[in-house]
Amino acid sequence: MLKIENLSVSYGGIKALRNVSLEVTEGEIVTLIGANGAGKSTTLRSIVGLVKAHEGHIEFNGKNILGLQTNKIIEEGITLVPEGRRVFPDLTVLENIKIGAYLRSDDLTDDINWVYDIFPRLKERSWQLAGTLSGGEQQMLAVARALMSHPKLLMMDEPSLGLAPLVIRDIFNVIREINKQGVTILLIEQNANMALKIADTAYVLETGNITMSGTGSELLADERIKEAYLGKSKNK
Amino acid sequence: MEFIASILMSGISLGGQYALIAIGYTMVYGILRLINFAHGDVFMVAGMVLIYMVASVPWYISIPLAIIATILLGFVIERAAYLPLRSAPRMSVMISAIGVSYLLQNLMTYITAGQPMYYPDIPFLSDTVPVFGTETQWAKLITPVIVIVLIVALTQLINHTKIGMAMRAVSKDFETSRLMGIKINKVISVTFIIGSALAAVGSVLYFTNFSVIVPTSGALPGLRAFVAAVFGGIGSVPGAVVGAFVIGICESIIRGTSFATFSDAFTFALLIIILVVKPTGLFGEKITDKV
Repeated sequence: MLKIENLSVSYGGIKALRNVSLEVTEGEIVTLIGANGAGKSTTLRSIVGLVKAHEGHIEFNGKNILGLQTNKIIEEGITLVPEGRRVFPDLTVLENIKIGAYLRSDDLTDDINWVYDIFPRLKERSWQLAGTLSGGEQQMLAVARALMSHPKLLMMDEPSLGLAPLVIRDIFNVIREINKQGVTILLIEQNANMALKIADTAYVLETGNITMSGTGSELLADERIKEAYLGKSKNK
Repeated sequence: MEFIASILMSGISLGGQYALIAIGYTMVYGILRLINFAHGDVFMVAGMVLIYMVASVPWYISIPLAIIATILLGFVIERAAYLPLRSAPRMSVMISAIGVSYLLQNLMTYITAGQPMYYPDIPFLSDTVPVFGTETQWAKLITPVIVIVLIVALTQLINHTKIGMAMRAVSKDFETSRLMGIKINKVISVTFIIGSALAAVGSVLYFTNFSVIVPTSGALPGLRAFVAAVFGGIGSVPGAVVGAFVIGICESIIRGTSFATFSDAFTFALLIIILVVKPTGLFGEKITDKV
């Protein structure tokens, strides 16, 4: 579905990504794990056109999307839930949901009900300003907002960032639920344990390079991964 | 009594005219964090365009045409002078705005050959009408009405339409707005179009009080409207309107006393006081830099 080949991105001389290649198969949950500054966010941002890549190919459903404007890429069916949620604090919950469907001109009622079904809490708070929601609720809202564009591929940048463990579990349940409804997911996480557990395919990104890949359970069992990302030492 | 009524009436109408300019300052600031120093000159150009139009076509065609021309000017200024600097430091854009301001003034000096231009008497608007035992121009009388209608329309647009929602989103967060599929540049253009249109309407109402205008005629009303926008809290539309009425009325009162020459001194003293005491203005939000 999504195919990245030899993607390189630099920020003013500093290479953030070096020849990154990865593939997302339709219907899967794919995760990209790695430490701070490894280039995870840069990868997602260049897919959606917020960062200009220097070299490489990004193909979505057989179509080259590299160099397209962000709104065109969203029309193709890719959405990014940005890091830190970034809901619009002065817009109401409902407005935030509606703005996710900015590019659509058809009737939104069914889809609004659909996201309210997934996130009942948002329905209760529909008239509240998004800035007054808790962190977990804002994350839910950010996901709901992204779903409103009917993405084929939903990308999430650190959805667990700064949230309590119970809330993180809810978010991951929702990710699975959305995936079951047919949305392909590309997930970036620092919480490698959680991410690998739900992932069909996983990639490890280190200082701009893809260093490992495999199924989620393969990587979860890998000694190097355990040591570097899961906080378990070899001796135990 | 008649004296007070007449002062209040001119104050309210002057305030309304300033409000129409101040909204342009405050909306552009809200989205781009830019003080558009050329805005007062756009206001002046609107007046000049009307003068040239009236010379060849009737006033009821000239006014809409002048408004359209002003809208085009605002649009072109943004595309030519501000858009290329979108990712440049804010200071560069501000300098560009100052440049556009001088460009417009000098361009107009060139076109008018430095001669003061006679502002036409517009039928109805320039006619006098007796109110409360005193005489006033229709322009003064209908200004508050026009201002209220336009502000209600603008508020509806900002709060209840898709483009209004996009404007509010863009003013908070460019990048996330882009992720929603919003074309940032289009939204910014719309903001400039609205600001210029309101300034053009304000210009017709304002210059009707004057017999001549010169290329620097936009500078002072522009500055006063800017003070109004800061006073009300720059970035806030209701703030700009309230600020404009306060300044318009105060100015009118001071002009009615023996301290008439100090009316601008008062306005700018007000600016200093507000910046020292409450820099965010009456309705302004806390200024936090975007992360």
